[in-house]
Amino acid sequence: MNAKLYASIAVVITGTILLYAVSDFPAFGDPRSPANAGVAGGAPSASQYYIKNTYLDTKVPNLVTAVLADYRSYDTLFETVVIFTAGMAIFAIIRVVRRDDSVEVPADPKIDGDHHRIVVGITCRLVVPLVQIFALYVIAHGHYSPGGGFQGGVMLGASFILLALSTSLPEALSRFGEDHFMKLACLGVFVYAGFGFLPMIFGRNFLDYGALQGVFMTKGEEMARSHGIFGVEIGVALTVMSVMFAMFANLSSRGRLRGGL
Amino acid sequence: MILSFDIILLLFLVVAAIISLWVKDLLAAAMVFGIYGFLICLLWAGMGAVDVAFTEATVGAGASTVLIVATVLNTRRRSSD
Amino acid sequence: MLSFFKEAVAPHFNFWIYVIIMMIGLWSVIAKNNLIKKLIGLAIFQTAILLLYVSLGVKEGATIPIIDQHAAELAAAGDISAINPDKYANPLPHVLMLTAIVVGVATLGVALALSQMIYKDFGTLEEDEVLGKIKALHDDV
Repeated sequence: MNAKLYASIAVVITGTILLYAVSDFPAFGDPRSPANAGVAGGAPSASQYYIKNTYLDTKVPNLVTAVLADYRSYDTLFETVVIFTAGMAIFAIIRVVRRDDSVEVPADPKIDGDHHRIVVGITCRLVVPLVQIFALYVIAHGHYSPGGGFQGGVMLGASFILLALSTSLPEALSRFGEDHFMKLACLGVFVYAGFGFLPMIFGRNFLDYGALQGVFMTKGEEMARSHGIFGVEIGVALTVMSVMFAMFANLSSRGRLRGGL
Repeated sequence: MILSFDIILLLFLVVAAIISLWVKDLLAAAMVFGIYGFLICLLWAGMGAVDVAFTEATVGAGASTVLIVATVLNTRRRSSD
Repeated sequence: MLSFFKEAVAPHFNFWIYVIIMMIGLWSVIAKNNLIKKLIGLAIFQTAILLLYVSLGVKEGATIPIIDQHAAELAAAGDISAINPDKYANPLPHVLMLTAIVVGVATLGVALALSQMIYKDFGTLEEDEVLGKIKALHDDV
C-alpha cells in the first residue's frame, strides 16, 4: 500500500516536470532543429559533418555503421566489453558445476521425447543453417545496407537458441559447447582491441584505422578505414553471438547446462 | 512518418505497456512484452531509423523475450499482483 | 485551454506519449510486488527513453541514413554538394541508441540471473515475502 502511494507521488511529480520540458522541444521532424543543423550563428552540429564527409573519408555508404565503428569506435569497444562482462557475470552468478556428474553425457542425436517435437525439430534444423547464412550476410553487408556486427551477431546467437528450443539444450551444446562460446567471447573483444592497438605500432593513435594501409595493402586511407570497420564488426559479432547463447543456456537450465526448456 | 500510422502505433504501444504490467500470468506478460518490442520496431522503421529497428527486432523482441520466458518457466509462473 | 492543446500538446503529441510510457515503467519499478514485473517495467522505461532520443533525429521528407549510389558517385568525383544533409536522417541518435539497446539487454540478462538465484534461496519472487524472510533470518540471529 505504501509503495503504491509513494510511487504515484514520484510518478506525478516526475511526469509533470518532464511534460513541461517536453512541450518546449522543437517540432517533430524539423530539419533546422539544433540537434539536426546546429544553432544559428554557432557551430554546425556534428551530424552535418558526418553526413557530408563519411563517404569521402571511409567509402562506407551506411552512415550508422561508419559512425559506430570508426568515428565513435571507442564507445563501441567498451560496449562490447560491457556485453562480455554481462556474459561473465551470468557465468559467475548461476553456473553450477557438480563434482560427481562432471563427465558430460554425450547428447543423443536422435530427438526423443514426445512425438510433437519430431516435426518441430526437423523443420527448425532445416531453417537454422539458412538463418546463419543470412546472419553472415548481414555482418558482411553492413557497409551498404542496414545491418552490421550487432545485428548479425544477435542473429547468429538466435539461431543457436532456436536449435536449443526446438530440439534440446544438450543437442545445441554439442554443437556450440561451453568452452567454445567462452573462448569466442574473449576472442571477439581481443580482435576489436587488436584492431585498436595495431595503429599504435605504426605510430598513430589508438583505433585510427587509416594507419593500416600496409596491413590491408590498399592504396589510400579510405579503403583501409573501410576494411578496419569490417574487422571490428567481426569482433563485435563474435562476442555478441557467444554471449547471447551463453545467457540463454545458463538462464534456461538454471546454471547446470544439462536440462533445458 | 505517416501521421495516422504513428498515432495508432503509439496508442497500441501504451495499451501493450499497460497490459504487460497488469496481467497476473508472467508468461503472458512476457509475450505482451514481445509485442511491445515489435511495435517499437515498427515505429522506428516509420521514422527512418532502420538500423535501430533491425536491432530492436532481434534483441528486444527476440532475445529479451526469450530470456524472460526462460526465467519465468524456471521460477514461478503466477504473480500475486 | 484550447490554446494549451494547440501549442503544447499537438505538435509534440508523440513526445507526450513517450513521457506517459516512461512514467508507466517507472511506476511499475517502484510499486509492483513481483520482481519480474519490476524488470519488465524497467525495460519499458528504457525503450521509452530510446524512442525519445531517436525521435530527435527525424527530418521531414528525409530518407534513411544510407548514402545512395548516385550521390556517392557524384561525391567521389569531387562534387561535395551532391550529399545534402537535409535529405538524410540524422545518424547520430541512431548510433547512440544502438549501444543503449544492447547494453539494456545485457543488464536484463544479469538481472534475470540474480532473480533466479533469489528464487533458489528464498523460494519466492514476491518482494514483500522476500523481505519478510530476510527479516526473519535477522531476527533469529
